[in-house]
Amino acid sequence: MISEHLIIAPILIPFVVGALMLLYDDRQRQAKFWLSLVSVAAQLLIAVELVVRAKTGGDISDAEGISFYLLGDWAAPFGIVLVLDRLAAMMLVLTALLAIPSLVYSGAGWARQGPHYYSLFQFLLVGLNGAFLTGDIFNLFVFFEILLAASYGLLLHGSGQLRVRAGLHYIAINLAASLLFLIGVALIYGVTGTLNMAHLANLISAMPGEDRPLLHAGVAILAIAFLVKAGSWPLNFWLPTAYMAAAAPVGAMFAIMTKVGVYAILRLAMLLFGETGGASAGFGAGVLILLGMATILFGLLGILASQSLGRMAAHSVLVSSGTVLGITGFALAGGGQAMLAGALYYMVGSVLATGALFLLIEPMNREDGGIAAMLALTADAYGIDDSEIDEVPDVGLAIPGTMTVLGICFALCVLMLAGLPPLPGFIGKIAMIQPLIEQSALPAGFAWSFVALLILSGFATLIGMARIGIQTFWANDVPLPRVLAFEIAPIIALLVVLSLISFKAEAMLRYTIGTAHALHDTAAYAYGVFATPRAADRPDDEGEAQE
Amino acid sequence: MEIILSAAIGILSASGIWLLLRPRSFQVIIGLCLLSYAVNLFIFSMGRLTPGAPPIMPKGGFVDPTRYADPLPQALVLTAIVISFATTALFLVVMIASRGMTGTDHVDGKERSQ
Repeated sequence: MISEHLIIAPILIPFVVGALMLLYDDRQRQAKFWLSLVSVAAQLLIAVELVVRAKTGGDISDAEGISFYLLGDWAAPFGIVLVLDRLAAMMLVLTALLAIPSLVYSGAGWARQGPHYYSLFQFLLVGLNGAFLTGDIFNLFVFFEILLAASYGLLLHGSGQLRVRAGLHYIAINLAASLLFLIGVALIYGVTGTLNMAHLANLISAMPGEDRPLLHAGVAILAIAFLVKAGSWPLNFWLPTAYMAAAAPVGAMFAIMTKVGVYAILRLAMLLFGETGGASAGFGAGVLILLGMATILFGLLGILASQSLGRMAAHSVLVSSGTVLGITGFALAGGGQAMLAGALYYMVGSVLATGALFLLIEPMNREDGGIAAMLALTADAYGIDDSEIDEVPDVGLAIPGTMTVLGICFALCVLMLAGLPPLPGFIGKIAMIQPLIEQSALPAGFAWSFVALLILSGFATLIGMARIGIQTFWANDVPLPRVLAFEIAPIIALLVVLSLISFKAEAMLRYTIGTAHALHDTAAYAYGVFATPRAADRPDDEGEAQE
Repeated sequence: MEIILSAAIGILSASGIWLLLRPRSFQVIIGLCLLSYAVNLFIFSMGRLTPGAPPIMPKGGFVDPTRYADPLPQALVLTAIVISFATTALFLVVMIASRGMTGTDHVDGKERSQ
């Protein structure tokens, strides 16, 4: 009985923990840190358990491992459902894997620069986990707003003119995108009368022809909102500045925020316009491919042109977003499951690597007393007197051989992002390029130019990053930065996870192939929801029906 | 009624978009407000316009759904209003912070001539 409620735990745990921490002010920071850490660790454990369940099939509904959870015990198309399938489970694990290191990192100093950092962090996780789990479009909107509201707070965390200016743009653009989201949702509801994704997938094949243009318009407007979040090309000029301005651990978490947009596009596109889409099958595939290519191009030019590592990391987020977007387009056009599996594998690797890179930026650019100066600056902005800051000295030991450790970490990140062996970037790119070249269902020009862009983007990353690396590690005479073990450990942990993904590439690719298969075969998702019994209708547990 | 409602939505969103593209942060925030009004009306109208029909059905017995308004868009509008209200308030705070830090109300934090 407990195990069936496990699906909602990734939303409830951070929600309760975050709300609890709001009750105490920031003098309890140490306690808050450990509480948050317990919360994310629990989320990781639950997410792993959910992955196992999605792989083997849950105990509620055995529709190829997809489990459904009826919120409030309302029958399927009327209430909101949470859906756990392979993709959602994978994204939950990815979120938790990224959250733990950035939380530990922020515990080393960043959390001290403003109020309620840990609560905002937990609310961000509520939004992320909820967006991955929900099976209802309007509910998706609500979770998007939760994660955006938390991200506004986190982006402004630490304050300062640069952040406030970037935050102003970020908030304005996301508010406008949210309005587009609502217009899309309303249009879809007006045409179909439902907001349940599975129900939509059911209805679309038999939809009368005269209704289709309106539905297409609705979904396209919805997609614009997602593309803004995913950082797709003409809608992404805000992104590098905002990500660069964010504090390091926040930037690391933002690496997955673009992927929420990509996830929503992937989920809805495959569900609505996949092979079962009737006359609408393949709608928007060409646009996604072109936008993906434009985004990669923009990202790679940005990497070459960037003068600072932060801007470069933000552009590499764009490259990875664009890659997955483009492959989604190819999959929608009938490119097959293999390349989608490769793209999902690549996405996991690139999110972790960009996360690690964002964490690395600040120690790499730190000169003597960097963080102390920063803390003093913030103290001025808040009007706090120095004595309070001095009470909390930099705890933890500084690591020896700082530059060596930082350099090795940086080199590994570069290898991953540039797609060189042996890290997952290489395996993921091979897994995408091979099916792209081999299969013939797509126009050859598209496939080949996409392959060329993939390879070029890796090359550009290598050039750009190597240049920054040389400036920082070889051609620099500044005194050694003091880096705490607390700060370097999360980065090393992320890199260890990356190499594990590389070692376990076969198992991992098997999982993503299963995911890609499930995404193509929408029947289990579309009909499973309706086969899920309400708790009240199940004879064996009467007591639960009363809840 | 349809004409009036669609004209209202159109005028609200047109003025909203125009204001959103202006350089002053106050204009931007008013533009966002107008846009969100337009969107709320739009969501509401997606439940079809039915004058004089209540959205809440009585309990028990046979219910003729054609005599009632669709309650779902109304619920969606309520949620949307709450969310856009909260985020607009947050935006306002950031705007004021930006005004205080940069000394200008330009959205880029500096006047164009500088």
